[in-house]
Formats: sequence, C-alpha cells, structure tokens
Amino acid sequence: MEWTEYFAPLMRGAWVTIQLTVWSTIFGAILSFAAGIGKVSGNGFARWISVVYIEIFRGTSLLVQLFWLFFALPVAGQAIGVDLRMSPVVAGVLALSLNIGAYGAEVVRGAIQSVSHDQYEAARALNFTPRQALWRIALPQAIPEMMPTFGNLAVQNLKDTALVSLITLQDLAFRAEQLRNFTQDSTTIFTIVLFMYFGMALVLTAIMKLLERSVGRWKTARA
Amino acid sequence: MTEPIIKFDKVVKRFGSHTVLDHLDFEVNPGEMVTIIGPSGSGKSTVLRILMTLEQIQDGVVTVEGEPLWHERKNGDLVPASEKHLRKMREKLGMVFQQFNLFPHMTVLRNLTEAPRQVLGLSKKDATERAEELLERVGLSDQASKFPHQLSGGQQQRVGIARALAMRPKIMLFDEPTSALDPELVGEVLKVIRQLANEHELTMLLVTHEMQFARQVSDRVCFFDKGRIEEQGPPEELFTDPKRERTREFLKAVLDPDA
Repeated sequence: MEWTEYFAPLMRGAWVTIQLTVWSTIFGAILSFAAGIGKVSGNGFARWISVVYIEIFRGTSLLVQLFWLFFALPVAGQAIGVDLRMSPVVAGVLALSLNIGAYGAEVVRGAIQSVSHDQYEAARALNFTPRQALWRIALPQAIPEMMPTFGNLAVQNLKDTALVSLITLQDLAFRAEQLRNFTQDSTTIFTIVLFMYFGMALVLTAIMKLLERSVGRWKTARA
Repeated sequence: MTEPIIKFDKVVKRFGSHTVLDHLDFEVNPGEMVTIIGPSGSGKSTVLRILMTLEQIQDGVVTVEGEPLWHERKNGDLVPASEKHLRKMREKLGMVFQQFNLFPHMTVLRNLTEAPRQVLGLSKKDATERAEELLERVGLSDQASKFPHQLSGGQQQRVGIARALAMRPKIMLFDEPTSALDPELVGEVLKVIRQLANEHELTMLLVTHEMQFARQVSDRVCFFDKGRIEEQGPPEELFTDPKRERTREFLKAVLDPDA
C-alpha cells in the first residue's frame, strides 16, 4: 500500500472528527450558558443543579464518562427496564458536550460576574427586570469576554474527540489505528494525522477569532 | 402648604457598624431644586441611592408622593416592599451617575430607547422620536449612532441625563454628575442641568461639589454632616451667612482652600 493511498480513509475519518467537533461544541456552548447562568441565578434549585453538573463533569475523566454512557448506562437501564442504549455517535457527542459544557459554564459565570456592578445599578435605575438586565445589559458585555477562552475550549474539544475511537466511532484516530495495524507504517501515518489535527485546529481557531470579532464589534468602533 | 414629594422620616442607614444616615428627617417639595453639599462620607450620595432603591434602609420611612418607598401598606401596617411595589415606585425617579454608567455595547440612540421600549413598552418609532427630541435638548443630535466610548466625558454624561429623562420621571437625582469630568467639560453638563432647573417641571436633587453652581441654580441648599442635615436654607443665606460653625468651616475649606 502506497502512502498516498492513506489519504482516502484518513479523510473519511477526519470528516467524522469534524462533525463530532461541530456538534459537541454547539451543544457544549448551550450547556455552558445554561449552567453558567444557572450558577449565578437567584433560584436556589437552578444553582444547585448547575453546581452538581459542573463539579461532576469537571471532576471525572472524559474517557470514563464516555465508557459510562456507552457501556454502563445501558446495563443500568436494563436493570430498571428502560432501553438506554445509544449509538456511538450519540454517546460520543453527549459525553464531549457534557464535558466541554462543564468547563464552559465556569467561563460564562466568570464573565457575567465580571460585568461591572455599576451596569446593574443603571439597569435597576431604569427599571429593567433582573432578567432583562441579564439578557440585555450583562450578557452582551460578557460574551466578548468569554470568546478567547471559548476558542481554547473548542480546540481542546477537537483534540478530545480522538477518545471516541475507543467506543468504535470511526474518526480520524480510529482510521489511523486501523491503517497502522494493516501496514505497520506508524511513522508516516501518525505524522500525517498530526498535521491533519493541526490543520483542523488552525481552521477552528480562525473561525473562533472571526466570531470573537463579530460579537465585540462595539468595542472597536472608531469615531 | 403643599405636600412634600419626597419625605425622609427618621431614616437610619448603616453599613455594618458604620451609621451613614442617623435618623435623618428631610423633605423636598414638588418642582423644587435641592442641592446637597457636605464632606465625603456624610451620607449625601446615600440619600439619592436610597431613593433610587439601590440601597435599603434599616429604620424609618421614606415616602415619595405620599407613598412609602421601601414599605407597603398592608392591613394598616407597613411591611417591607415587594419587588413589584419597588418597580412601581421606581417609575417616578431617574438617576444620573457619577461614572455615567452608560451601556457600552449600545449606540447612544439605543441607550436612550432600550428602557422606554423594554420597560415602558413604547414602540420603536415612539421611543426613537422621544430619544431624538432629548438628544437635541442636550445638544447631541449628531452623535446618535456612536458608541459611548467614542464620546468625551461631558458628552457621555449628557447622554446619561437624556437616558434618565427618556423614562419621564418626576424626580431627577444627580449623583455628583461632574466629579468624574475634566474641568473643561464640567460646563456643558452644568448647562444642561441648569436648563432643566429653569423649566421647573422636575423635582431635582443634586449632590455636588460645584459650589458656584449650587449657589446659582438651587432653591435650597442642604449641608450634610455625619448623616444629618447640619444646616439648610436658600443658597444666598447659606453661602453668605451660615449659622452653624461646622458649615462655616466646610465652606471656608472648599471655597477658599489656601487661606
């Protein structure tokens, strides 16, 4: 097998990796906002749920979460008579989203709390409800602050997708391992894969930078 | 005799063990322009912040237009106010902050239309009309599409005044509105406040260190010290012939610092 023939299977794997990254980053972002806002909410129950979620998923290994969702949960479901089996894709996206969401939640919370107290006072003086103050005053100022860290988390997430090969998902890492078993050409294959991950990370970083610029336009407006 | 629009009745405000307002009695009549002067830490700004419901009180009663602000009447008793009651009372008041506190992510126009639209439920057209009218009044019609950070401090504070006015309050509270400004920008803000004072439609409460200005525009000047009103009266009287020793000391220190 010529080394140029490696590309077809590797590209198929890369496509799976890209899909996993995109979906889990989107769901992770939604979870980040839900739990991050929950953690600063006035509602005690919402705060409690958010803290439990964040601590559990930050405090355990992604690999174990993945195995638990894919292997342990269906067995536990069977014991109580519920079918909790899921496809590798669903388990993979779910584990990655829950994991990145827990880290992202802390970023969202921190950014919301960094909005100056004066802004909340101005909102109160103008008779905004606390909810309006959050959505219309605080969050639009907090989101640009979150973006650099979100960029890091998205790249982290891309690299973490390699773990899903362990629950039979045929992503880039899975394909690489398959090729290596077949050809024993470790050096070439893993060098190519290294560059492919690096290339994807570069593109992702560029996208996040564009996003960062678009949500922070008001900051750079010139006279 | 007219009913006061603002009334503090033996109001106590503490921060921890530090008493900021010590059984304060204070009244303002409708349409009156009252200036509060005094050393820092004397509780001047706290009076405004209590009225704007940014600070709670520990004892006493504050009434605005005859209705208790921090309390509600229930079966003849006064109970602590609900958020709903506070929202209703806040409609009567507008506040201008020392640091402007404009919303940095909104254009000048949107700073003025956001609350009227979201809080008062005005249509976009009505809110914009109201905002444009106010911008003209404060001389900033040409700045409507800029962001706050593109304006000078004086311009920002004029936007701050317009933003508060856009809610059509009956009472305007000015908390050291020129203290954060470069000296050459103070005048343009004072000019706007003077205009408002001359219209006599609003009740105005101004905390300031601009003694000349206080003397020119106020109906009454209150000298605060240690959480109480040490002395008050018409500006000419208070500035030229203060009765209390503490007032004399303070005025001498601020009007003639190197004597």
